[in-house]
Amino acid sequence: MLRLGLCSLAVVATVGLTGPSFAQDKTVYMPALLELSGAGAVSGTNFRDGMLMAIDEINAKGGILGHKINTPVIDTQSDAGVSRGQMQKVLDNNPYIVFGPVFSGSVLVDMLLTQQAEIPEIVGGEAAAITQKGDPYVFRTSFGQQFSMPKIANYIRDGVKAKTVAVLWVNNDFGKGGRDNFVKEMQSRNIKVVADVSTESGQTDFSADVVKIKAANADAIFVYTNEEESARFLKEAKKQGIKAPLIGETTLLGQKVIDLAGGAAEGVKGHVGLTVDAPIPAVQEFAAKFKKRFNYVCDHNGIKGYTAVYFVKYVTEKIGKFDSKAFAKTAHGLTITPKDEPNILMEATWDKNGDIDRESFLGQVVDGKQKIVETLPKLGIK
Amino acid sequence: MASFIQLLVSGLATGAIYALIAVGFTLLWQTSQTINFAQGEFVMLPAFFVLAAMNFGAPFWLAILISITLSVVILGLVFKLIIVDPMLKHGVLPLVISTIALSLFLKESAKDFYSSQAQPFPALVPSIDLHVFGAVVSVQSLAVLAVAIATVIALHLLLNHTRLGRMMQATAQNPTLARILGVPVRRMVLYTFLINAVLVAIASVLISPIYLAKFTNGETLGIAAFLAAIIGGFNQVRGAILGGVILGVLDNLSAAYLSSQYRAAFPLIILIVVILWRPQGLLGRLEERTV
Repeated sequence: MLRLGLCSLAVVATVGLTGPSFAQDKTVYMPALLELSGAGAVSGTNFRDGMLMAIDEINAKGGILGHKINTPVIDTQSDAGVSRGQMQKVLDNNPYIVFGPVFSGSVLVDMLLTQQAEIPEIVGGEAAAITQKGDPYVFRTSFGQQFSMPKIANYIRDGVKAKTVAVLWVNNDFGKGGRDNFVKEMQSRNIKVVADVSTESGQTDFSADVVKIKAANADAIFVYTNEEESARFLKEAKKQGIKAPLIGETTLLGQKVIDLAGGAAEGVKGHVGLTVDAPIPAVQEFAAKFKKRFNYVCDHNGIKGYTAVYFVKYVTEKIGKFDSKAFAKTAHGLTITPKDEPNILMEATWDKNGDIDRESFLGQVVDGKQKIVETLPKLGIK
Repeated sequence: MASFIQLLVSGLATGAIYALIAVGFTLLWQTSQTINFAQGEFVMLPAFFVLAAMNFGAPFWLAILISITLSVVILGLVFKLIIVDPMLKHGVLPLVISTIALSLFLKESAKDFYSSQAQPFPALVPSIDLHVFGAVVSVQSLAVLAVAIATVIALHLLLNHTRLGRMMQATAQNPTLARILGVPVRRMVLYTFLINAVLVAIASVLISPIYLAKFTNGETLGIAAFLAAIIGGFNQVRGAILGGVILGVLDNLSAAYLSSQYRAAFPLIILIVVILWRPQGLLGRLEERTV
């Protein structure tokens, strides 16, 4: 009898461990794979902290459909191979959704697994290739490069009125994807790329690169590297007396870059997809809460992490159940407005590829702060 | 020409820092056969000691002194007593693996205790630029070069012109004979660890205004200094200095005049050429195994 009882307990325990985790103790398993160490630690940590804020807020109000969110955060070490291994492990535990990673290289290898498992993956990567593979289970939290680069290109043509441009980019999936899209947009506007300089992730000395860029004598310089490298480049560019306008994306105009570069960031301009300086009260309120809790100014990845969780909450409550396939089906073509879900912060639309469309901004660094000079409308993708 | 001067000065400044770190590699190897794969993290950590001291209100100069003191205690004394001494008796390989583990521990600890984000680090001198023959040369680069040269000269004087230095050299060359002659070998070995700690702390203060203080800084610095030590000669201090300077200058020049895309490969190509042509390094001594 005792043996039978123990066997029954073992069976129950085994079923409990392997069954859908959200059916057990009123929690829903939504793991996150993020860059908590290595070169992407800043991005991954911001994304994680944004997520944690949203999860705590939602759990404090009873969770999603009465289930508390259970999100263990797993470190990819900023390495695509490690990320793929970790993804396989979390998929074995039958998650409802997976958050992350942020590095495009990791996303590109992980998404093959989530597609196979039919589990939606809410990613922070911006490389154009992510949503060009026909994967119905991948969803972005920020612009892909194919949407941000046309906006920058228009600004270089109409705002700066440049005829020639130099491009400096970081040699990883993010940088290469951005560079390729940027060069394509330049060619379509008859703007000549007179210098094309590749740099390394984590590079510290930019003197040789700035010498090359300076020699090209371009009307404008487009910089597409990660934040710390951007700051180091700006310092060197100032030192060598670069006069041409320096233009970039969020990774050139973020407050962290401004703080690290000191006065060297002054006057830098560019397109900003997500920023805590956006002239939107909900975003500024979020930024203040984030700063109070984590004691640092969040970057665009913090906003991505925060809105990612509320995106999942909204879609799940809309379908009324934890169904991964139904989630993916419902999220395509969906628009969420702040009226529907205030914590989505800005109206956002996900198209049939999982790309996101939102308002974005043109910014400029003035007196050591990022100043938004223009709000650009949604592109109107479907 | 102006660009060349700029690249040369900047390369020399970077190379001088590589040289300081590489000298530490060679000192530890010569006296105790220790290959310290946490050397890069040893350079990363003192910058955080400085920032932490400044957070407690210490002025920059005092923070540097506190950092050097903490480095001597933690990266010199504690490292020697807790890791090197117990592991070295089991051979070089277990010690190498221990230092790799230590490097991971230091890196992740710095991230957890401070932040994963890069921190601005105050410069020793104001960021003023000089215009020389049309080239823009930063005073910061010149200051880095000057401090690094002064440190190397001081080390040279200590090793070659003091009784203590000669005892350390005797320990490095033949510890058994040195012991017979009354040299306190164990203490001399300890001193080299302490000197290494001072060198990495100085390198950290010099490089952090340029690199910014970040927990991952040790990765590139450690590899660059290790390559510099091998290129110059792992068993010669002057070889490490030469290796560091060559690496710093060639890295800059090759990125500007050959290819920035393959800049990471050039140091390795130099290494392969040196290994094939002169396996003991440019200024190294050939060491033969004896039975």
